[in-house]
Amino acid sequence: MIKKRIIPCLDVTEGRVVKGINFVGLRDIGDPVELATRYNEAGADELVFLDISKTQKGHDLMLDVIRNTAETLFIPLTIGGGISSVSDIRDLLNAGADKVSINSAAIKNPQLIEEASRMFGSQCICVAVDVKYDAEAGEYFVHTHGGSVKTEIPAFEWIAQCESLGAGELLITSIDHDGVKEGFDIDFLAKANESVQIPIIASGGAGNPEHFVELFNDTDVSAGLAASIFHNEEVEIEDLKQKLKASDIEVRII
Amino acid sequence: MIGIIDYSLGNIQNVKNALDELGYPSLFSSDYEVLKACDTILLPGVGHFGHAMAHIETSGLKPTLLKLAESKPLIGICLGMQLLFERSTEGNANGLGLLPGDIVRMETEHPVPHLGWNTLSSRSPVLDGKDVYFIHSYIATRTDTVIATSEYGIDIPAVVKKGHITGIQFHPEKSGRAGLEILRQAIEGGI
Repeated sequence: MIKKRIIPCLDVTEGRVVKGINFVGLRDIGDPVELATRYNEAGADELVFLDISKTQKGHDLMLDVIRNTAETLFIPLTIGGGISSVSDIRDLLNAGADKVSINSAAIKNPQLIEEASRMFGSQCICVAVDVKYDAEAGEYFVHTHGGSVKTEIPAFEWIAQCESLGAGELLITSIDHDGVKEGFDIDFLAKANESVQIPIIASGGAGNPEHFVELFNDTDVSAGLAASIFHNEEVEIEDLKQKLKASDIEVRII
Repeated sequence: MIGIIDYSLGNIQNVKNALDELGYPSLFSSDYEVLKACDTILLPGVGHFGHAMAHIETSGLKPTLLKLAESKPLIGICLGMQLLFERSTEGNANGLGLLPGDIVRMETEHPVPHLGWNTLSSRSPVLDGKDVYFIHSYIATRTDTVIATSEYGIDIPAVVKKGHITGIQFHPEKSGRAGLEILRQAIEGGI
């Protein structure tokens, strides 16, 4: 049976990994290739590089990062951030990305999902969806710009639309849970997963291995993504996988 | 020398990276004379079956591939494996017809695409029990050429083989060390 995937996410700007990476024993903790190699050896099932560069030069440097990473890393690599057109996607895939993750551009122009999945195949088009609960309205809405801007698009409506436009996968981040480390948004993720047939990567809220056990026991999502807990070595991927295995959750052990 | 078929669809560099890592010299080409001089032909590919075949037909690559397949070991990966079959419902197009059977959309209670790491079941010890990375929505109809499967509500044909023609549904170049070893064995005729 298919394994539940554990995916570390690295923020890259101007070709360098940023944001609190505390690994000991690395020559250069800002080097994406070195960090990617480390995660590969630790048993990560896939890697996400999120390009948070603000400049064109930064986005261009990302292509070098992908090329260099793909030369030494033989697990899937997903690139997100700053993707606005089919030509951006082509550049990333040609550099060696296996999947791209589109966020704000898809909300601005949903046809991009359709066009890209037709051109490159659904399998490499992941749509990142940032959701936040609106207590007044009693429902979840899609947010953009790293979660800071609310749209009037109900989350379930958008998720269904992404699937029908040809998205091959969804990366769902629960903004209320992100960074809080008190667990994933189980209720939302379970419902979201039931509402579509494509695989879902859950993000936001992981603070310890038990949160992943809960995620995979209480929902049928395909993967769990996290950033800081892996970078700060609060959770080691090898340990996490062993704990999941001990809880009868199928994972890939290398 | 391994000839990687270049048909301008999708990223083919990752396959070359894997061959580099394994120490096999390789080149990209769509030219018969160049490919004829290679020991093994590798047909990679991701994307849409119909689009890929349309490109293979209009570019004149089809007769080249068929001629090469008469004598040379040919390994198809992912979409490249599916193209080896007779037909696909993806784009309702004819394939290369080097392997018997068709390609159809998978019907399973699980999410589609079949995306992620799954375990191989096979009589071949090189394949059996290995976790490899899949990403696809279409599958080969079962025939006696299937030598490895993965369980996903249904049996997914994972490796097919007929004589010197081998098809690999998953991505050995993205399946970590286990995948590289399978690719090496496929090239060496060990599976």
